[in-house]
Formats: sequence, structure tokens, C-alpha cells
Amino acid sequence: MEDLEQKSKSEDTDDLIYQDFNIDNVIYRTTIPKRNQDKKPYTPKDPKEIYVFIPGTILSIHVKKKEKVKKGDKLVTFQAMKMNNVILSPVNGVIENVFVKEGDNVNKSQIVLKIK
Amino acid sequence: MSVKQKTIDLRKRMQEALQGGGSKAIEKQKATGKLTARERIIALLDSNSFFEYDLFVEHSGKDFDMDKKYLPGDGVLTGTGTISGHPVCIYAQDFTVAGGSLGYMHAKKITKIMDHAMKLKVPIIGINDSGGARIQEGVNSLAGYGEIFYRNTQASGVIPQISVILGPCAGGAVYSPALTDFVFVVDKISKMFITGPEVIKTVLGEEISMEELGGARVQAELTGNAHFFAESEEECFEQIKKLVSFIPWNNTKKAEAFPKKSPKTKSYKIDSIFPTNPQLPYDVRSIIRAISDDSDFLEIHERWAANIVIGFARLNGQSVGFVANQPLVLAGVLDVDSSDKAARFIRYCNAFNIPLVTLVDLPGYLPGIDQEHAGVIRHGAKVLYAYSEATVPKLTVILRKAYGGGYIAMCSNHLRADFVFAWPTAEIAVMGPEGAANIIFKNEIINAENPEEMRKKKIAEYKKKFANPYVAAAYGYVDAVIDPSETRHFLIHALDISKDKQETRPYKKHGIPPF
Repeated sequence: MEDLEQKSKSEDTDDLIYQDFNIDNVIYRTTIPKRNQDKKPYTPKDPKEIYVFIPGTILSIHVKKKEKVKKGDKLVTFQAMKMNNVILSPVNGVIENVFVKEGDNVNKSQIVLKIK
Repeated sequence: MSVKQKTIDLRKRMQEALQGGGSKAIEKQKATGKLTARERIIALLDSNSFFEYDLFVEHSGKDFDMDKKYLPGDGVLTGTGTISGHPVCIYAQDFTVAGGSLGYMHAKKITKIMDHAMKLKVPIIGINDSGGARIQEGVNSLAGYGEIFYRNTQASGVIPQISVILGPCAGGAVYSPALTDFVFVVDKISKMFITGPEVIKTVLGEEISMEELGGARVQAELTGNAHFFAESEEECFEQIKKLVSFIPWNNTKKAEAFPKKSPKTKSYKIDSIFPTNPQLPYDVRSIIRAISDDSDFLEIHERWAANIVIGFARLNGQSVGFVANQPLVLAGVLDVDSSDKAARFIRYCNAFNIPLVTLVDLPGYLPGIDQEHAGVIRHGAKVLYAYSEATVPKLTVILRKAYGGGYIAMCSNHLRADFVFAWPTAEIAVMGPEGAANIIFKNEIINAENPEEMRKKKIAEYKKKFANPYVAAAYGYVDAVIDPSETRHFLIHALDISKDKQETRPYKKHGIPPF
């Protein structure tokens, strides 16, 4: 009985895929769960790229390409969670491109427009 | 009517109520691989120990023609019984009756048995299998949930609260299990979520199945909402019976002592399990088994945040809670989830008078932008808080690495461990030798003729001087450096002499842990 346990135990650990894992310049042999392997590299957000923060439907676009905008100007109204959400311009600039049109369904983190 | 006739009438009424949602609904329940509510209670409790109450409770809905409907027991069974001879209060929602939906009287049955549990100071076990609020009863069903949540909170840390998810548990209903001590789930049967796939689809346009959104595996592996995962209901009930053997019946008692048993040292030999090179992995659970009675270890949260191991075992018959870094996974680092997992368990053990045994072997906190942005400061602080707050006997064994913040966090002398033991393989240092040498000897390394060689030399020098338990032992931060084979011996003695440990904390309404 005990021998059996010993066997299955070592089999369990033999099946594992060991990898190198660097912490403070020391390499450790260990297993790395899928979640930690699938990590996307960090990219800083560009405040001039406007994304929707929640999936919804674009109700109206208040600006056009090449139009000048000031910080705080209304850019887009979109409906999500039964609310009309308004995205305001975070910067002064000129609209470089608009990627959506009224009535479009947008997903979370989809880009809607870009400011120069 | 004679007593006999009255009794026959009673039997008839009982028969009617006992059929629950009727044979068709029961057939449907069985077809999905589920037991009925009554079968579940009977399977979990000692045989012939279940006494049912409020069988004749009727629902109080008046609107939408509900007044014309009869719902046996209003969709929930409540009662008392025993597990291994110890009393428990229990309820089980009956999905065959109106989908186990929660109306006012259904909730009232649950809160009544919860109140009993609190008065009798016995555990409360809730078996959840419900479609959610009974919409026809409107705000009264919300009131019902609120009353349950309030009681869950009052009972928290006073009596053990166990939630068993054996069906859907959706919407507000999930907050009752979330407030309880242990949540059990069964593969393909348990489903927990706040907003279901339908709502997510209509509101957000995202499609996902119930199983992928909040099935047993998701809750046990990804979210950490579930503490125990089973393949079948039968296995789940065995897990519950095992768990309750390790915990006391309420917060004024200690866990029941069992006859002492030796570890299975043939299967679990520290010498062959444990590599002295701190960069090599091993399964710390084998070390726990090597020192515990009968090598019996009940792991909690086995599938979630596996870089830390928590669970119950016995030393000389006495229940202890183990907290151990797991070098097998992510080198045993502390991160957001593992900190959260350990901290809650430490607080559980402290609330229920279960001594804590901490096994330390970690390189520190997990470095990374994602960890920092996920709030590793706030979550990591929970471990410090929980250990510092705990007044149960706290025993620590440093096996290998104990570097930096990780050393402090893992129940160090400074957080008031009662006894800190260290194996001769322990490396207690402000950081790993490589990192430390690079900082301390920076100039010597840069100015050397051969910097790489100098770096290696300085690392070796630092290792020799500091990568050991003796510097900490010289300051009294380690109470004893011990032969690994004597670990069980030292721990059992420390537990024995800590039996009547008393430690007070300053008066407060409650602390403000970094929730």
C-alpha cells in the first residue's frame, strides 16, 4: 500500500513540466501555471487613443476627422448598461481618425478614435 | 378522531410534503446527475440522524396567482443531525420545488435554522441548489437574502459555516457562500455567478456557457471562490466529513483530539524529498506529510494559487493549520492570490483556536508589473496582518530560503511566532545572495579586472557568510536550528507547552485589515 503511494507520488511529480524562473537574478527550477505563462507584456496607454471601457452601442459621434478638440469636449456617446455614457476628450488636439460609426456595437477595449 | 386517525392524517400530510416537486421534477433532477435535497442530507449526516423541521411551512406569495400554488416545504429542507456523532444544523434547497427559488418563507426557514445553530453553537451546513430569487415575491425575496447574509456575517468566526454548491447558485444568492468559511463544489454540477450568461449576452454581447463562466473548475482554479473540488456529490460529502473532523464545533472549543499516529515515513522521507540546493523544486506537501500524523493532510484550495499550500493535519492527535510555501509552483513566491489565500486561512485558524504551523521556503514576492498593478502591496499586507493579529500558538519552520519581505511575512519572530525553528539548510537574508552581492560589492565588481569572476567570488563570499540560519540565530530571531528529522519532535513539544497560551491584543471594535 505504502509502496503504491510512493509510486503514484513520484509519477505525479515526474509528469510536471519544469521551467526556469528568474527572481532577483537567481534561476529557480519550478513549474509555471498557465495563467502566469499567458501574461501579455505591459504596454503603456496612449491618452490620445480613445477606447470604450465597456461593451455597448455607439449612439452618436460628436466630432469629425481633422476637427480641433479641447480637453473636456464631448467625443462619443455610447449606450452600455442601460446608460448613455459620454466619452470626453482627455487632451487638446485634432481628431486624426474615427474608427466607428453611429449604431456600431463596440467591445470592451475597442478603439473608437485617435487624436493627434 | 382518535389518536390513530389523527396520526394517519399526519402521515398523509407528510407524504404529500415529502414528495417535493413530484416524480417528474425528481426524474429531471436525477437525469442531470444530481441527488435530491433529502438524499443529499441523508448521505452527508450519520445514518438515521436527520430530524426535519418546518416541513409544513407554506409560501406567502400572493401576487401573480401564487396564492393558488402549493410548494411543499417552500423549496427548502431544514433540520438537525449529526456528523461522526457531533451535532450540526443543516438546510438543503430543493430544486424540484419551484426551482429551489428563494421566497420569503423559504428564507425564513433558512434563517430560523441558522439562528438555532448560533444558539446551540454548532456548525451550519447549507446545500445550495436554487434558480435564485422568487421573482413573484418581489422585494420579499430580497429581504430574505439580506437576512441570510446578515446572519452569515454574525456567525462568521463563531460557528463553522459550510456551503455546498450542488446546482446553480446565481445572483445575490452567491453572497451567502462567499460569506461562509468553506465552499464545496462538484464538477459539472456547481454553477456560481453574479450575472448569468443570458444577462452577459444581452447587456454586453459576449457569449459564454454557464460552465465556462462559473462552473466548479472556474471557481476552484481561477477565482478561488471554492475551497474544495470534487468529481461527484459522494466525494464532496466525504470531503465535508473529513473537514469537520479537523475543526472545532464553535469558537469557544478546540478541535477534537484524535489518537496519535506516526507519519508514514516509508513513503515520506525528508532526506529523499528535500534538495538542499535552494534553486531546485520539491513538493512541500510531502514535507507536511512527512511530519504529520498518519501522513494525513487535508489540503484546502488545492487548485488555486498553488504557490502556497494551506490545509489541516494533526500533530500527536491535535489539529493544526499548515501554511507552506510551495517551491514546486512559481518557486513558492508570494503573489496577490497566494497572499489572499494564506491570510484568510490564518484568520480562520485564529478564530477557531487551531494552532498554525508555517513552513518557509520562498524567494520573496513575485516581481512584475502585473503584480504591482494588481495590488500586491495591499494583498501582501494581508499576510502580515493576519499573522500579527493571530494569538493561537504560532510555530514556524524555516526550511531553506527566507529572503527579504517574504521572511518577515511568513510568521517570523517579529510577527510574534512563538517558536521559530530553522533547518541547517535555511538561508535567512535580506535578499538572495546574488542580488545582495551585486549591490554591496558593486564598486569592487565594476572596477575588477574580470568583473564576472569578481561577481562570482563575491556571491560565494556572501553566501558563505550570510546564506545560513546562524546569523539570525545569533540575534535570537531563530529559537533553535534543528536536524530536519527532529522537526515533528520539536513541533509536538512546542504545541504541548503552548496549550494554555494566552496573549492579549489591545481593545478595539475591530481592526482595519487591507481587505
